[in-house]
Amino acid sequence: MHDVSAHAAQHHAPPQGFIRKHVFSLDHKVIGKQYYALALVAVFVGMVLSWIMRLHLGWTNLAIPGLHFLSKNGAPGDIMTPEYYLQLMTMHGTIMVFFVLTTAPFAAFGNYFLPIQVGAEDMPFPRFNMMSFWVTFTAFLVMMSSFFVGDGPTLAGWTQYAPLSAVGAVAGPGQGLGEVLWASSIAIFCVGQLLGSLNFITTTLDLRVKGMSLMRLPLSAWAWFITSCMGLTAFAVLMPACILLILDHVAGTSFFVPSNLVINDQLQPHSGGSTLLWQHLFWFFGHPEVYIAIVPAMGIVSHVLITNMRRPLLSHRVIIGCMASIGVLSYMVYGHHMFVSGMNPFSSLAFSFPTLIITIPATMIVLMWIGSLYGSRLRINSASLFALGFISMFVTGGVSGFFLAQPSIDIMLHATYFVVGHFHMVMAVAAIFGIFAGTYFWFPKMTGRMMNETLGKIHFWLSFVGAYCIFMPFHYLGIAANVRRYQAFVDEYLQPLIPVHRFITVAAIVTGIAQFIFLYNLIHSRFWGKPAPDNPWEGTSLEWSTPTPPPFDNFGGKHPVVYHDPYQYGVQSSTGDYVMQTSPEQVVSEHEEK
Amino acid sequence: MATTIHEPPKIEPRPQRDNGNGGWRNLVPADGDRRMVQDYSPPPASTGIWVVVYAITMTFAALTSALIVRKGSSLDWQSFTLPSILYLNTALILCSSVTLEIARRRVATFMGGVALPGESPARWLYITLVFGLLFVAGQYVAWVRLRAEGLYLATNPSSSFFYLLTAAHVLHVLGGLAGLLYVIGKVRKSQLRRSTLDATARYWHFVDVLWVYLLLLLWMKL
Repeated sequence: MHDVSAHAAQHHAPPQGFIRKHVFSLDHKVIGKQYYALALVAVFVGMVLSWIMRLHLGWTNLAIPGLHFLSKNGAPGDIMTPEYYLQLMTMHGTIMVFFVLTTAPFAAFGNYFLPIQVGAEDMPFPRFNMMSFWVTFTAFLVMMSSFFVGDGPTLAGWTQYAPLSAVGAVAGPGQGLGEVLWASSIAIFCVGQLLGSLNFITTTLDLRVKGMSLMRLPLSAWAWFITSCMGLTAFAVLMPACILLILDHVAGTSFFVPSNLVINDQLQPHSGGSTLLWQHLFWFFGHPEVYIAIVPAMGIVSHVLITNMRRPLLSHRVIIGCMASIGVLSYMVYGHHMFVSGMNPFSSLAFSFPTLIITIPATMIVLMWIGSLYGSRLRINSASLFALGFISMFVTGGVSGFFLAQPSIDIMLHATYFVVGHFHMVMAVAAIFGIFAGTYFWFPKMTGRMMNETLGKIHFWLSFVGAYCIFMPFHYLGIAANVRRYQAFVDEYLQPLIPVHRFITVAAIVTGIAQFIFLYNLIHSRFWGKPAPDNPWEGTSLEWSTPTPPPFDNFGGKHPVVYHDPYQYGVQSSTGDYVMQTSPEQVVSEHEEK
Repeated sequence: MATTIHEPPKIEPRPQRDNGNGGWRNLVPADGDRRMVQDYSPPPASTGIWVVVYAITMTFAALTSALIVRKGSSLDWQSFTLPSILYLNTALILCSSVTLEIARRRVATFMGGVALPGESPARWLYITLVFGLLFVAGQYVAWVRLRAEGLYLATNPSSSFFYLLTAAHVLHVLGGLAGLLYVIGKVRKSQLRRSTLDATARYWHFVDVLWVYLLLLLWMKL
């Protein structure tokens, strides 16, 4: 490492005082932890909401003790009204997609580890970085506040389809102030993510240390970089869309509300708006959002697997190319969410084709993982188990995507639980398994303590089996024409499916309780876990060459120099079967790409 | 008459950083040796401003597509004549780009150690600032004139888009004015970095070009 003077090594002075160190911190590591904490709170809120919904779906009109405290109008006598079910469903989806799946794998881990993995002492714009978190936190508060105002949060679903979302209180509970709070929160959230993307891109392009060429970046760093490019494009479009929605609401404009619309016997004072316009703007963001959640998880899983396989993937460059291809193609496929929207059928064909094409890079990545795993002596630990679980979930959810990519089949399945099963598998559970893999893998570096492996493995098996018990039956329900978004199933043909719903509800509660094992492990290990060495997994990338936990400037006033590709495993060296990127030791690897 | 000579500032030295293969230019190192190291990396402000420009472009692209779709989706679109002051405003913001370019070159010369006899290094920056403020005031006058004609935000989708696009642009101009004030402050303290000046100038030229684009769009579509 090169010693450099203190003033040259640091973007900002060491923080002084509690507020600067832990609250309004400029340190990317603290900001990463703040994002993680936010995601942790959000995921438990979202999970409890799903429990309430599942109980209601399994046993309609079941009194859920204490529910009236959340909303007197929405749950009189602790029994949920149909409208309140939709309100909780909307908030479950919104909180999970925005504040968990976007926040944890991208903003939390990316903030913490991207600068370290490129060898920088911080992000180039630390104040923007701090603002990014606090703006996101404000968005979360605004979103949560809608539970406690007026008649509660919006019920228009996380996709907020117009005109329901644009006409105001006449459309139902929560469509007044609750709706405005939703749109405002998401617009604010977009600002936070744009600030974050700015820092991620400039960090990757400009702050790499000597020797760190782009191809020497670990796959996790590549994934965060590609995701930030996607986020920059997607959130820059969603933000003006939300502003248009707010204007329709509060200023009487007619962007999304058509003429002669009568709701609850009231003619709406709007004219000529296009409901499809909202869907186009929303899904231009919405589909890339799927990859904003999953690509960072792909990077994390690749990083974890390689370290535990003790060999690089079959081709570093192909994985990078595939992730970048997914990023580009994600903007060309969004219309497959709109096959039943009434848009031109020829448009469906245009969107169906790239949807099938995008499965090629995704499949190549999976084949790279499986091909690299074949014959390897994988170290089985909590992180590698969750990485394997990610592959399983991603493949299972991806396969059902083949069906939905074809308009003729999607028309039959679109409004059913088949879609719910598909996107929960491929987007939600897979990404969350990626978050778990990253947590078990990087926790020692972030805290200086090891997590309990036994509890981690119990957590994995309960989550893995539980996730399949919850989401596989959804596919069956969908094929049996069980409609989604309904709060109760009263039709005769749906009655035989009620036991399946009850089974799913029990599975969801058991799987949810298993997450408290993780929470206990996280908190207990943070304070009482076994002290972690600097490089507990014998990794090669730069985060393992720093002290544990890293000092505020990451490398203690020094700049590392990089000599190797990121994954030099399976070599003969003085340190064992690996060579760290910072080691000048020259070795020949049988795996090195030519 | 006394002649003031502004001495070249003590420019804050750029930190010595060991950025080696940093920078996208080194995707394939020149000599093919992946262990080669170079001491070059573009300053983050240079990259960052292009990232910002890209995001803003996407935002206005979304609004443009919304305008086109909305106009074609119904027969309720009512065209109106743009307030003539918009053309004066266009001239003002174009002038501001010229003056900023002069300022950028003067300040760069000044930072290079060449004294500017009788001239404040920030003089042309102030002139740019005035042009920018006049542009914002002119846009406000345009809104007032439209209101006087009875065209409000919700009157018609055409007026909705007019107010929306011009207001969004003015917000970005205000961001540019804040950047100019920051640069002027740094020049006065002799702490300006070249990359900051260049990034601010690029942003300002971008909002200038963006306005010309918006004017053409509004002229064609409203």
